Amino acid sequence: MTYDVVVIGAGPAGMSAAIQLRKAGIAVAAVDEQAAPGGQIWRGVERNAGPVSAALGADYQKGATLVEAFRDSGAEYLPATQVWQIEEGWNLFLTSEGKARRIKARAVLLANGAQERPVPFPGWTLPGVMTVGAAQILLKSGGMLPEGEVWIAGAGPLPLLYATQVLGLEGRIAGFLDTSKRPGLAALSSLPGAWRDIPGLLKGVRWLWDLKRSGRMVRGFSDLHAEGEGRLQHLQWRAGNEQRKVRADVLLVHEGVVPRIHETMALGCVHDWNSDQNYFSARLDQWGETSRPGLFVAGDAGGIGGWLAATLSGEIAALGIARYLGGSPDADSLRREAGLDERLSRARALRPFLDALYPPPAEHLADEVVVCRCEEVTAGQIRAVAKVSAPDPNAVKAATRCGMGPCQGRQCGYTVQALVAEVHGLPLADVSFFNIRPPLKPVTLGEIAALGDLEEA
Amino acid sequence: MNADILVIGGGLHGLSAALQSARRGASVILVERHFLGRHASGATAAGVRTLGRDPAELPLSLEAAGMWHEMAELVSDDCGFTACGQLQVAEDEAALSKIKARVRALQSKGFMHETMIGLEEMQELVPDLSPHCLGGAWVSGDGSADPHRTICAFRDAALRAGVEIHEECLVTGLQRRNDRWQAQTSRGVFEASIIVNAGGAWADQVAALAGEPVQQSIRTSMMVVTERTQTRVKPVVSSLGKKLSFKQTAQGTMVIGGGSQGRLAADRQSASVDFVALAASVGAAVRLFPKTKGLRIVRTWAGMEAMTRDHLPVIGFSRGAPGLIHAFGFSGHGFQLVPSVGRVVADLACKGQTRHDLGAFDVERLSKERAAA
Amino acid sequence: MFKSVHDKPGKASDMTVFVNGAETAAWNGETVASVLLRAPGAERRSTVSGEPRLPYCQMGVCFECLVIVDGVASTQGCLVPVAPGMRIESQHGPREISK
Repeated sequence: MTYDVVVIGAGPAGMSAAIQLRKAGIAVAAVDEQAAPGGQIWRGVERNAGPVSAALGADYQKGATLVEAFRDSGAEYLPATQVWQIEEGWNLFLTSEGKARRIKARAVLLANGAQERPVPFPGWTLPGVMTVGAAQILLKSGGMLPEGEVWIAGAGPLPLLYATQVLGLEGRIAGFLDTSKRPGLAALSSLPGAWRDIPGLLKGVRWLWDLKRSGRMVRGFSDLHAEGEGRLQHLQWRAGNEQRKVRADVLLVHEGVVPRIHETMALGCVHDWNSDQNYFSARLDQWGETSRPGLFVAGDAGGIGGWLAATLSGEIAALGIARYLGGSPDADSLRREAGLDERLSRARALRPFLDALYPPPAEHLADEVVVCRCEEVTAGQIRAVAKVSAPDPNAVKAATRCGMGPCQGRQCGYTVQALVAEVHGLPLADVSFFNIRPPLKPVTLGEIAALGDLEEA
Repeated sequence: MNADILVIGGGLHGLSAALQSARRGASVILVERHFLGRHASGATAAGVRTLGRDPAELPLSLEAAGMWHEMAELVSDDCGFTACGQLQVAEDEAALSKIKARVRALQSKGFMHETMIGLEEMQELVPDLSPHCLGGAWVSGDGSADPHRTICAFRDAALRAGVEIHEECLVTGLQRRNDRWQAQTSRGVFEASIIVNAGGAWADQVAALAGEPVQQSIRTSMMVVTERTQTRVKPVVSSLGKKLSFKQTAQGTMVIGGGSQGRLAADRQSASVDFVALAASVGAAVRLFPKTKGLRIVRTWAGMEAMTRDHLPVIGFSRGAPGLIHAFGFSGHGFQLVPSVGRVVADLACKGQTRHDLGAFDVERLSKERAAA
Repeated sequence: MFKSVHDKPGKASDMTVFVNGAETAAWNGETVASVLLRAPGAERRSTVSGEPRLPYCQMGVCFECLVIVDGVASTQGCLVPVAPGMRIESQHGPREISK
């Protein structure tokens, strides 16, 4: 099959772009790893109703309108489909239901969003420890609430939002280990326009106050350990000179989100280092085009901005793609008339504040902590190799197998970069990322073997 | 920065030559423009194979085989080498008669390392092998090693022997003055009496800097690594006439190579994977081992390696540039030769001679002047 | 560790799946990885040290939810919605070659 445009991801950015592209009469396929449109932010929005939908809040419910418009847009939707290789020109190799195939496109839009920043600490591989985002996905997917002694550790808007949602469904959260820098999470409530869902937010703030009063809101701590035999049973941390220990069944962690970059990295696009939030993102022009002509990025995949900014950057990229394909000489005026730039800068207005409030964590990593969850490589092993290698994470990867497991460095990439920088006394920006090797997703030998009979489309 | 010998290229051949030269008492500097083992040495399947070698390479290969079995003596580590054997199967009658003819010819010359075995024996060695295979050649003393462990072991041994290693150091110019070489690099000027060109895919550029243009092309052989699985396949298996080599590593991953070629970037500095071309190797693997078709691929890559017209390496003194020794052009099968070629290069560098006949590896055959004439 | 808000006394689950042979209630919209967090003994064992692991990210990134689904090994459980009668088996250490 040949399409004008293949959009990868059906979250806010991908759906908005697909809708706009269809309005311009452009043939679009939207490839989505998930089974239904909405991305992670609006996951399950077509199905969730009643109390779950109410607890998820107004911003969540808004997704339903966009999903409906996307469904009606005439874009060909390919759910539960993974893109595992992108070749310039553009060939995309996909897998669904255990079968690989190749489609072609004149332009590609990556709208595959973000992932939570992996932050290793002792015990983070124990069953019972997972991310706040993961818990929120469970809530959106099957209405799951955590049970037992549930602790949250981290910073950023998501823990507060999630806690609010859980409380709205009469769930319970035992305590909060706030890793944010001053002035802390509570400062969010003083920000006009920070959230459209003010009543919901107040509930979260009230919860924070209650926690504080009962002494289960912990700040200024260090050395967090998750401990237990075969699963999480306790948390330990140090506060001042005091060692604290609490019972815990579930620990949800969150230290912000970072763009998904494996696709643009594998394609050798130029990337820039974001020194406020310590992540790489593909360098984009004003239309969202990367250094590879015809390859565009929109939404959080191009830099974290949240869902509203994602929809707007999706619309801009759609105009840019139409312009690139030669079908929209008036892209500039359409962009102006729709006020896309003003709306985008409004949607991003809060970002500098959030970035300052929640700088990426920089706690020293103990040698014994597992950094690479797949190949179980520790910080100490990485430091030892980095000391005798060129300051390149790929040298560490080759020598330690760190980043060679199924996740392909998605969990350890930035940690290895930071450890290499630490050992060599370099700024983070001066140390590169892993070379990303295809396939981008774990395709089977049988699927590749079957490509031998591939007919030219 | 001065030394007796300057080795250009921090792959395994450069490291081996540097190590063994330093052991003979020479002062040695090694420069590598990226990091050690960045290209072919890190991208190899690390097969330790005498099986199917070109007769011209056989003396070096058999000497290397002996050194692999005693590798700890050379670098204080076995480099993950296991003598798990190498098996080359025949999937049809034509392949079988070719293998038989080769083994007969070897044995008539007194080389007894390859033996013919039948399907039953093959299935004892590799229980999951497809029963359509007819027979094959077997070398029990061959095997495979761990490429990254090998790089580390050679590096550490070289450092212990006094080799000075400079990574991220690109050579930009070479001049011969007063019987000494002067090398301009991104990290300053180096001087040495002897230069060893172990520049791999870019060895032709080093040769050109030294005033001896040679013809070589670049191989971009692709490799596939799967997720870890339970141990099932011990020997390294290839199939005559197919682009396939197949092994299971100590970690349990399956490594599939065999020479399917990726795409070379226009600037000749990188290569990318061509999955449709890769299907030839992967398809061959799945035909030999039908049970593996559900295994997940974790990564693939296209390694870059110098390839000569006749697929034989260039080893020996330059014809035009005094004090220049070449060791490149291994054309995708140089890993096993690392210990013996390093010994030969060290002999040339330190004593000016070797007991090996290097006639087949003479740079003269690739000379650009000669091609023009 | 988790419980669905839809899971109420007297109310039947949406479907039944089998986790390592044991009947397990499951709910529309949830994934295999979500079920793993409720079913006892559903941890996988890591391929290097054999430590127990459960899903971590739920969004296709961490590969901690690798599991055998209806006989297909190393399936990312977080990307597969549950279906009635689905057979889910834990993967302990390196997978078998032919699943």
